[in-house]
Amino acid sequence: MTDRPIGSARTESPITPDALKNGSRRRFLTTTLATGGALATTALVPATARAQGEPDPLITEVQPWASGFGDGVDETPYGLPIHFEDHVVRRTVSWLTADTISSINFTPIHALDGTITPQGCAFERHHSGAIELSKADYRLMINGMVEKPLVFTYEDLERFPRQNVTAFLECAANSGMEWAGAQLNGAQFTHGMIHNMEYTGVPLRLLLEEAGIKLEATWVLAEGADASSNARSFPLEKMLDDVLVAFKANGEALRKEHGYPVRLVVPGWEGNMWVKWLRRIELGDQPWETREETSKYTDTLADGTSRKWTWVMDAKSVVTSPSPQAPITHGKGPLVITGMAWSGRGGIKRVDVTVDGGKTWKEARLVPNANPMSLHRFYLEHDWDGSEMLVQSRAIDETGYVQPTKDALRGFRGLNSIYHNNAIQTWLVKANGEAENVEIS
Amino acid sequence: MSRFPEIALSFALAAAMLTPAAAQDTAIPVDPAEAAQADVTVAPPEVASDLAETPAGDEPAPDAPAAAEPAEAVDAAPDVAPTPGASAASDTTVQQEGAGEIPVEAEPETVAEPGADQADAEPAAEDGEAAETGTASAYPGAGMVHQLGREALPEEVAAWDTDVRPDGQGLPEGSGDVETGETLFADYCASCHGDFAEGVDNWPKLAGGMDTLDREDPLKTVGSYWPYLSTAWDYVHRSMPFGSAQILTPDETYAMVAYILYSNDLVDDDFVLNRETFAEVELPNVDGFIEDDRDTVELPEFTKEACMENCKETVEITRRATILDVTPGSPDDADAGDDAPMMD
Repeated sequence: MTDRPIGSARTESPITPDALKNGSRRRFLTTTLATGGALATTALVPATARAQGEPDPLITEVQPWASGFGDGVDETPYGLPIHFEDHVVRRTVSWLTADTISSINFTPIHALDGTITPQGCAFERHHSGAIELSKADYRLMINGMVEKPLVFTYEDLERFPRQNVTAFLECAANSGMEWAGAQLNGAQFTHGMIHNMEYTGVPLRLLLEEAGIKLEATWVLAEGADASSNARSFPLEKMLDDVLVAFKANGEALRKEHGYPVRLVVPGWEGNMWVKWLRRIELGDQPWETREETSKYTDTLADGTSRKWTWVMDAKSVVTSPSPQAPITHGKGPLVITGMAWSGRGGIKRVDVTVDGGKTWKEARLVPNANPMSLHRFYLEHDWDGSEMLVQSRAIDETGYVQPTKDALRGFRGLNSIYHNNAIQTWLVKANGEAENVEIS
Repeated sequence: MSRFPEIALSFALAAAMLTPAAAQDTAIPVDPAEAAQADVTVAPPEVASDLAETPAGDEPAPDAPAAAEPAEAVDAAPDVAPTPGASAASDTTVQQEGAGEIPVEAEPETVAEPGADQADAEPAAEDGEAAETGTASAYPGAGMVHQLGREALPEEVAAWDTDVRPDGQGLPEGSGDVETGETLFADYCASCHGDFAEGVDNWPKLAGGMDTLDREDPLKTVGSYWPYLSTAWDYVHRSMPFGSAQILTPDETYAMVAYILYSNDLVDDDFVLNRETFAEVELPNVDGFIEDDRDTVELPEFTKEACMENCKETVEITRRATILDVTPGSPDDADAGDDAPMMD
């Protein structure tokens, strides 16, 4: 490794994988998050700052990187983000779960742009840890109401015709901690149980046709190979429509934590159904009512009855910057407000943004050509006058569904829901540029 | 009432498959053997009848050419050339690779009594919403049999297919009583779930919470919330104990589940659980669930036109995250775990 250049903007102690291994994860989170806002600010201030009115030494003086060598090729055969970006990582909220084996962490959406989520920072959700299952040891069984039960190897799957599908995966519990009130200060924590990748795989339909679907089959069970045996029931129609048996994401193999070597891709439906380490597909004529579709991933209403089979993810959006982890550091003037929007019912037609808490809305600029049921990126170029703002975004999908306010959603569902909170998020952006998670009237 | 009112998207495809036009245009099996196999790979009659039961609330949109659109999408499946008709289908969902190099077959022919099924399907095919949002996927390799994979052996199916349904299908022979279950529970489960299934720290509580579902912070346990006993048996047998899953014998599983029932005051201490007594146990919350009704209950409100100007006169901040700041790294983070965990 070369020495760090003198002019490096780096001001924080390194957050390296080693630090994660050696130090306590807890300490890591505390130190980095406590300084989260400051980090974003100081990282942009060069060590040799320009004095007022004076020439910028970064320009007038020859810098080390302009004179010496950089790294040779193969320095890192599989590249990682440059260390200046070490703070852009998944983070967990330790009190959510009893341990990290059956737990979740969050995508750093406040620091990402565009629509594709890099696999390395795409959130994880395990029910019994991320297992190591090799391609050689991989088997996929199709059984139940089929003409001929089949077993496929990984190699078999690669011989079927392939599709590419870009789709968002949102955990049904995304924003679940916010039902009863504003709780977590950061888009990563309020909305980070989501990622969006380009998947490559085989239409499940092809595999089902290979086995021969019996006429009486109406339901399908998908089961994972890990110790949680996560299993979900699907109506056959969805499985014949757009479900993919995927082995690549963003062009490369799935990551271990996302189900390597094979997972299910279920566009528009809640993340728990995207069974990882997919090992078995069973056809039947009734739902199985597994643990994950009865005791969990059901939505208890105010009167105590609970909705089940709430598979579709409703239209939702969030401003990712400015936000508590991405404060405004440049003062008044030109400001890019950006965020993302998505809907399990199809494409996003429009995103509106307000900076006055919803008195007036402006239509944001939606980046065109996003696939239905994938993340859409929006921007609103805003001339900030430096005064306090209440920033919200509101997604409208192609079916005309308008993302509701929190109060409107609570009106239908009460306060005891966990899943499917797709309500409008509010950030209070103060005059100093810092932002806070709030609720408004 | 359809059992799947929310699956507008999949209706579109299923409807397309069953539309007479689609069937005629695409049913061109080349190889007789493939054709014979293709005959079984079709949407079952149940699908058709579900389609016919599309919710009455879904008024057919008069201006939506519902029947025509899905049919076109299926027609477009073998045709990846960027014709105007095909692009409408492929743009909505996927980019396709390699389909052009593979002899793409047509949709398999429909079921034995096509007339009846098609007639049943027609009302759904005219469901305007389904057609508008339909992603009737053109997919590569449609209708082909690839002769890949091998037949699963009975022993293999038996080893992996251990799931149990609410009607008891999948339950193996065996039995277990409460007393045996208590001992096993103490060995395998109590470190997380407590001696009496009451839960330790943030680990799930399996007992208690009766009549709390309509209160603030309901306690959801096997006794208070789970609708089916099969779910408990299936989960204990396939996914527990945590860290040593899939080691319990059927007898051990019967015993543990019997103990969980006992700890919820649902059976007496001399209860023996087996396939016969399984059918006699009904969990208290079996009728506590409804199928997703967001489309009928919420959609009318959430599809109203969005206000753009003069939407409200005043705005007050009603809640702030900093009051209860449980963000990781904040001072109160450590206190936040008092409540039951969000997820487990």
